Amino acid sequence: MPTDADTVFSALADPTRRAIFQRLSREGEQTVHILTGHAGVSQPAVSKHLATLKRAGLVSDRRAGRETHYRVRVEGLAPLVDWMSLYGAFWRDRFDALEDLLARMDG
Amino acid sequence: MIDPIAETRSLVVERLMPHSPEKIWRALTQPWLIEEWLMQNDFSPEVGHRFTVRAKPLPGWSGVAHCEVVAVEPPRRLAYRWGDGTESDTHVRTLVTWTLTPEAEGVLVRMEQSGFRPQDVLAHARMGAGWPRVLQRLDQTAGALQ
Repeated sequence: MPTDADTVFSALADPTRRAIFQRLSREGEQTVHILTGHAGVSQPAVSKHLATLKRAGLVSDRRAGRETHYRVRVEGLAPLVDWMSLYGAFWRDRFDALEDLLARMDG
Repeated sequence: MIDPIAETRSLVVERLMPHSPEKIWRALTQPWLIEEWLMQNDFSPEVGHRFTVRAKPLPGWSGVAHCEVVAVEPPRRLAYRWGDGTESDTHVRTLVTWTLTPEAEGVLVRMEQSGFRPQDVLAHARMGAGWPRVLQRLDQTAGALQ
């Protein structure tokens, strides 16, 4: 499922969804029922948040009996690795400084 | 599709510089010259040499990177590990490789920083305090992309 940084970003921009996602990444697989107990919102609201996280590729689900279990998909965070472009800005600045230095050096 | 978990990502910056390979090599390997364009350092061009580079700390980064020289092939190739995972919220450990390729107009200077993993970002997820910074970075990145 293709996702991009915008989708992942907007999924995690909501504080409640972020808290759910953080809880899953900290505690491992959890049921909707357990997550609802910690989220401070209703079970339908939690289910809706989980659906959004799932669409963004950040969680996967598994049915077991009556319960649906959710877990974090580490690979769903891959689009966030684009913050690496900030390292790009760092190195381009360093390249500028290197060229300045070379211009001042002898032979 | 390739497995994104196993995949690591590289950052590449290249520039053609109208100077000799020997001169560029000096700028890349002499500590007092490195300080002029990169950071304070105790670099030495010997394989296995451990050194640190230091700059002003930033949010989420201590301002120090622990490094180790892994390849010295004057005046063509230089590589060092950058970061041992202890310096920042992101626990980033990477390899920086410099390649100098002579061309008609000068030398193509290529810097590749490799080893960025999706899990480096997950480390942020485990540290609540790191989130605002990740999201801020994302915002900046998304802004830069559009």
